[in-house]
Amino acid sequence: MIGTDGLAALVDVLRARGYTVVGPTVRDGAIVLAELESAAQLPYGWGVDLDAGQYRLRSRTDGAAFANAAGPQSWKTFLHPARVRQWTAERAGGELVIEADDTTPPRFAFLGVRSCDLRAIAVQDRVLTAGPHRDPVYGGRRSGAFLVAVECTEPGGTCFCVSMGTGPAAGPGYDLVLTELVDDEGHRFWIRGGSAEGAEILAELSGEPASEAVCRAATGAVAAAAERMGRTMPDTDLRRLMARTLEAPRWDDVASRCLTCGNCTMVCPTCFCTTTEDVTDLTGDHAERWRVWDVCFDLDFSYLPGGPVRASPRSRYRQWLTHKLGTWYDQFGSSGCVGCGRCVVWCPVAIDITEEAAALYDWTRRAEEEPR
Amino acid sequence: MDSDDRPSLAVWKFASCDGCQLTLLDCEDELLPLTGRLRIAHFLEMSTAEDAREPATLAGTGPYDLSLVEGSVTTAEDVRRVHHIRRISRRLVTIGACATAGGVQGLRNFADVEEFRAAVYASPEYIATLATSTPISAHVPVDFELRGCPIDRGQLLEVITAFLAGRKPNIPGHSVCFECKRRGTTCITVARGVPCLGPVTHAGCGALCPAYGRGCYGCFGPVAHPNLESMVRQLRHDGMAGRDIVRVFRTFNAASPEYGPVPGLAAQESTEPPAEEERR
Repeated sequence: MIGTDGLAALVDVLRARGYTVVGPTVRDGAIVLAELESAAQLPYGWGVDLDAGQYRLRSRTDGAAFANAAGPQSWKTFLHPARVRQWTAERAGGELVIEADDTTPPRFAFLGVRSCDLRAIAVQDRVLTAGPHRDPVYGGRRSGAFLVAVECTEPGGTCFCVSMGTGPAAGPGYDLVLTELVDDEGHRFWIRGGSAEGAEILAELSGEPASEAVCRAATGAVAAAAERMGRTMPDTDLRRLMARTLEAPRWDDVASRCLTCGNCTMVCPTCFCTTTEDVTDLTGDHAERWRVWDVCFDLDFSYLPGGPVRASPRSRYRQWLTHKLGTWYDQFGSSGCVGCGRCVVWCPVAIDITEEAAALYDWTRRAEEEPR
Repeated sequence: MDSDDRPSLAVWKFASCDGCQLTLLDCEDELLPLTGRLRIAHFLEMSTAEDAREPATLAGTGPYDLSLVEGSVTTAEDVRRVHHIRRISRRLVTIGACATAGGVQGLRNFADVEEFRAAVYASPEYIATLATSTPISAHVPVDFELRGCPIDRGQLLEVITAFLAGRKPNIPGHSVCFECKRRGTTCITVARGVPCLGPVTHAGCGALCPAYGRGCYGCFGPVAHPNLESMVRQLRHDGMAGRDIVRVFRTFNAASPEYGPVPGLAAQESTEPPAEEERR
């Protein structure tokens, strides 16, 4: 068990080991993820009120650092960056020389990875590195990363990790895990190791063994959080639900609200799609290839000779949701949704994935009740 | 420098404020490399004296390999001149909201130009003008349209660079939201309730306004097939009055066919758009 001084020491130890420490901090009216120079930059005393299409910071009297839910970014911002240069080419003397961009990425230590995001990283691990074509950008950043997980004790109004089986207790994959406790006994973190390096770093911190009461209080706080989820998914096989509702009228309904702006996919911690952009300079002797985030809501994303494959907003929203909740299983063996609620919060017109799934579920039940 | 195999560039002005042409002059670091690759053959804004080969006339003689056209068509003379420019240009690229969508002056399309003429000018009989302000594409085929009021310097260089390399310019057609997310700006609508046109507005500015806490006001014009009904509902939800909603759509790109009659607004807050043939 460590106190806030121990948390400060943890950041110092990680930095001394050469890690770029990234964690939550308050900026521009939100708790964003950014490089931390010290634990003092953590959002001590800040909570959030979350609803569909709405995010508001709220000050907390208890001074807790991690009693807030997912913010506007996810860790993919660092592991799967929005823009990456892949190669450069120079033309000199009639010869073209192509050079791969193999800049050594920073070694990240992520502080405050929630259970849902831990699962999201595992999903991206599978998508981007487990297949026959390992993505060197993600793989390089991921293999050097040190993960400090935080168990959720205060879910947001848009959280539904319990429905997706991804939290609020931290699953495997972390190097260290913290559970924050703020009560009459003080501000403390129950900290455990999850890897050899995690145990090594733990040994460098001066803490005291957690009493049975602390473990009980921490476990209790996480269990209580599971009872306070702001959202739930319908209690059904979502993969099957997606497969049998492809012609449901609800898709027209959601398309009438969807702006196809792409925000849901860009904040989603598992969405991974990219496009390539080739640029040349004025002389034409220097060219670069960049990989940038792209999303299935973009008309250009499915543009083939003859036009976009998914021209209507209905088909694009349906593609996103049925892939996320359904065909992701066929492709990658799991759901693509981890229940973090970001797509719900950051949709400018408050489209709620749980509400859409519930409406589709209701439609199937009504269809079953009605005589054919 | 003066090798004759450089392609020639011409810059043209119609009804506009000159801001988009100035963007070319703002390419300070790139201007010299640019002139190494392109012969700037006709560019009145930049010229101090007449070039012997290129008299500084409004029409130019040509032919030109690349014509950049700023401004909208608002007079009968404009109509004649834009056809002439098309004839003497191998590639014609419009630059900015006026040339691409009619510009601020496109507001006349929703009102009576005779009334304006009488109210604004002391001697209205000297004013020769069309009833509408129309984009260049309403008159001649256009090879590429660059958005913005004004255009983005980086995008202009990209279009010229792509022309020189003979490739498609990398000018994405997605929403401004993409640019906010890629640069890591927290959504100001969701986090602060600021009304913002970003979700229905064509990218290209680099999401400048939201990065400084200001809502996008659509100076790059609409994305393809914007869901305006939903956008208008959201702007109302974020506290924008109906009158202000009409205004925000009816500013820089008022004559964009996508905006049409802004849906979801009461009839008295909107006015009928001109008939399709008038607009084209």
